[in-house]
Amino acid sequence: MNLSQKSAKKSSADLDVAGIKKDFPILATKMNGKPLVYLDSAATSQKPIQVISAITKYYREYNANIHRGVYKISEMATEAYTDSKRKLANFIGANSIEEIVYVRNTTEAINLVALSWGDANVQKGDHILISEMEHHSNIVPWQILAKKKGAVLDYIKLDKDKAGLSEKSIAEQLEKRPAIVAITHVSNVLGSINDVKDLTKKAKKVGALVLVDGAQSAPHMPVNVKDIGCDFFALSGHKMLAPTGIGALYGKKDVLNSMPPLFGGGDMIKSVEFYSYTPNDLPWKFEAGTSNIEGGIGLGAAIDYLNSVGMSKIREHEKRLTLYGLEKLSKIKNVELFGYQKKGIEKRGGVISFSIKGIHPHDVAAVFDSYGIAIRAGHHCAMPLVKGIFKEGALSRISFYLYNEEKDVDAAVEAIYAVKKIFKVR
Amino acid sequence: MPLDIYAEEIISHYEHPHNKGKLKEYDAEFHDDNPICGDEITMYLKIENGKIKDVKFDGQGCAISQASASMLTDLVKGMSLRDARKLDYEKIKELLGIDPGPARMHCATLSLKTLTGAIFVYEHKKN
Repeated sequence: MNLSQKSAKKSSADLDVAGIKKDFPILATKMNGKPLVYLDSAATSQKPIQVISAITKYYREYNANIHRGVYKISEMATEAYTDSKRKLANFIGANSIEEIVYVRNTTEAINLVALSWGDANVQKGDHILISEMEHHSNIVPWQILAKKKGAVLDYIKLDKDKAGLSEKSIAEQLEKRPAIVAITHVSNVLGSINDVKDLTKKAKKVGALVLVDGAQSAPHMPVNVKDIGCDFFALSGHKMLAPTGIGALYGKKDVLNSMPPLFGGGDMIKSVEFYSYTPNDLPWKFEAGTSNIEGGIGLGAAIDYLNSVGMSKIREHEKRLTLYGLEKLSKIKNVELFGYQKKGIEKRGGVISFSIKGIHPHDVAAVFDSYGIAIRAGHHCAMPLVKGIFKEGALSRISFYLYNEEKDVDAAVEAIYAVKKIFKVR
Repeated sequence: MPLDIYAEEIISHYEHPHNKGKLKEYDAEFHDDNPICGDEITMYLKIENGKIKDVKFDGQGCAISQASASMLTDLVKGMSLRDARKLDYEKIKELLGIDPGPARMHCATLSLKTLTGAIFVYEHKKN
């Protein structure tokens, strides 16, 4: 076997990370004079040149409003925007674009459900069920709804390892027959992958609707909403190689059809008279005003890119990196790791939250910064989990994507030793 | 952010803070925190003849927040309330010997906020 055959064989099983990295211009830049090591993709992903080019091509060659102009470039823009919905529908296994509503981000998608479906359906004394590991975006909209309606907000507790959801707690809470169960697919703090298919099955038995927060799953693993069986699925484009300001709400067609529009304006109507209007068909009924056209086009290009690499491969790659990271970090004295450990890798996404005994995470992140390494330090928009359960003011977090490799983990390990040296921790 | 943010002086104040704890007797106290990062400081002041006779702080958080509290309390001991009220972020940067940058400004200024708050509480009570 010659060399080129060998590398071809390797690339059929593993990601060609070196090749992928070349597609991300920012990964060739420096931060504080050091080559940028980006380990904060759970916050936002970097963007490949293919996505950046698709957006600039739109502005340079066919910028026009959609659904309006009876001229060539408007038709081109409409087609590109609509096509990105087809791509996303395929990507997550939806039936058609009627089930894909474009919004700003996961947060807006969840708020749309709480404000439209929740306002029309939730009544005084109803139960709303979420979990202790939710991001603020899947807590606060339900707090607002519960307060407004006099409904009761309940939490599924963590299991005794503080990694997954407690089966006992799920069973207890479902006995209250909640109107809706809103649950994260993958925790942005713990990386835990929840069995949302099983939970949906159980929730359906008691008549609940199910919303899955897919902000941390859709970018990193194959997702099929029909297989899960959920009524709603929310995601953010910017965490999956697309620009900020574009996200999506998947909703089952009959559920979306039953919901009142949230915002009124152009594009969401079929016709308007002085004192009445007729709403537009799905999905446009929920998209009032001129859409984020460049965002939609960018998301379409991002999905093309992810498909060309392969979502299963990305998941396997991140699993390997996470395993490598857990292996390395678990050997460092006075470093505490959270969530499932090596044995639970099948239930863990590419997120590793950690703390170094006696050192504030902001100090950790600042030292990492000086090494050119970007990590997150804080409460990760999950204060009930970080402060309430783990009793930590903040945590440090490294998170992976398709462009990360083992040497990024090695750089993080080196930085941890530097932090310990500076703060004189053994 | 350059590594000198963790200059020996800052680390030394962080590891061995001056004026840490609670005063047995005090005329004003003020607590504040940065919920986004978990830094918290309570400032205690003993005031006599318009001057800060004694000062202590209690709290926890990152090196920047705790070192700045240690340095600031050293500075204001014996200072008139009038002068203490005039202290600003520029003075904190001078004490730390670095510019912590926009992301850490709230850490660096927490001690100043609690000091100003305690002085305000004292003067409000007096009037």
